[in-house]
Amino acid sequence: MESLRIPILKIGEILIASIQVALHDASAVQFKDDLLQKIYDTKARGLIVDLTAVDVVDSFIGRLISDIAAMAGLMGTRVVITGLQPAVAITLVELGLELPQVLTALNLEKGLAMLQRQSGEPGDGTT
Amino acid sequence: MAQLRFAPKVAPIRSDLDIVIARTLARDTAKQLGFSAIDQARIATAVSELARNIFLYAGSGSVSVRELDRAGRKGIEIICEDEGPGIADISVVMQDGYSTSRGMGMGLPGARRLMDEFDIRSQEGVGTTITCRKWRH
Repeated sequence: MESLRIPILKIGEILIASIQVALHDASAVQFKDDLLQKIYDTKARGLIVDLTAVDVVDSFIGRLISDIAAMAGLMGTRVVITGLQPAVAITLVELGLELPQVLTALNLEKGLAMLQRQSGEPGDGTT
Repeated sequence: MAQLRFAPKVAPIRSDLDIVIARTLARDTAKQLGFSAIDQARIATAVSELARNIFLYAGSGSVSVRELDRAGRKGIEIICEDEGPGIADISVVMQDGYSTSRGMGMGLPGARRLMDEFDIRSQEGVGTTITCRKWRH
């Protein structure tokens, strides 16, 4: 079965992937593999996974997000998850998946600012 | 039993794509029944966990979704059935963190927390039926 490919965009040293479709398991695993390869190829310092359009995060996707953060972290890339809908945040906690080791930000803009601050890029608007 | 507006629907589970179809069916039904956005997410997530269990442990099965009306109170009922290996000790699989697969062991206890009523019947070598319900507030 052909899986859906999520586009991964690059801005400076940061990669951005926004999930816009309901991921089935195979496409979610493909997404993880694509992200890690793209990090390696582009030497990105940060990665944002934007979940604004995602309305269900079950334990499989929750675990995958946690794995992506841990694996990218091993490669030296910080991961920020952005745009969790209130209903998704509530469901994740009730499900028992609080993802304590995963960095999050309210939206893409704040996530980008968080990574730019931490990478200390010149001209990123922070002191 | 009052008049029901929606016919029961069944989603067969044979692949990981069917997990998405089953949870979309449950969410759409919950939305039509007037459940809040947060309850729609709870119901869709519970169905995702239960449908994945069918796919992972039994290989195939089905998820049925129907409307409930108990003395005017609206609800949704999800029945997940498979003819898989069955569960030897239900109390063990309902513990947080118990997993025999790649999951985090949140599937069954997590789904139970997200729904209002949750019942498992299972017989080794025969299969498993999980019935769960959520009521509109």
